[in-house]
Amino acid sequence: MINRLRVLRAERAWSQQDLAERLDVSRQSVNAIETGRYDPSLPLAFRIADLFGLTIEEIFTNPNRKD
Amino acid sequence: MAGNRAQKRYTKSVILLMASYVLILIGVVMHARNSPLHGPLGYVAGVLPALPVIGVFFVLGRYLVEEQDEYLRVQVTRQALVATGFALSIATAWGFLENFGLVPHVYAYYAAILWFAGLGVGRCFNKLAAMRGGGE
Repeated sequence: MINRLRVLRAERAWSQQDLAERLDVSRQSVNAIETGRYDPSLPLAFRIADLFGLTIEEIFTNPNRKD
Repeated sequence: MAGNRAQKRYTKSVILLMASYVLILIGVVMHARNSPLHGPLGYVAGVLPALPVIGVFFVLGRYLVEEQDEYLRVQVTRQALVATGFALSIATAWGFLENFGLVPHVYAYYAAILWFAGLGVGRCFNKLAAMRGGGE
């Protein structure tokens, strides 16, 4: 799933490790989500959204929506 | 020892189980050389070396329950599924070949050895999946 995680992280000058620690997940998880290799569960997606103060839709793009 | 709490507990448990496996196996083999196993106690002694190996399957299951990182959990689950498919496929094929007298008989516990080897194959699958998606 396409997402803006890398951009949002870069805006805050956080490394993948920084973000991983804030989310209480491994750095590999952050990398896998950023590169679209792993789609997070809904609870983790909410944690990510809460951390950036955004909604899930503002971070993750619905792959089925064509607009 | 690197890793989170669940990974450390898993690694520590596997090391302890493998150490006990070696000690138990040596003890039972030495005992069986002196006096062949027979009777109910023989069955108990004979199955003892299997217990630590069975324990490894248990601690892997416990790790999957305790692992809080969902991505790592998916990785290890895939690794175990690949290992299971690998071991069962070879054991099934070997069983038929053995049935037709084309290959020699092997002890059933080799299925466990194949499964452990399959964990390595599963790790390769995970690496390939990571490379396909941009690496880690």
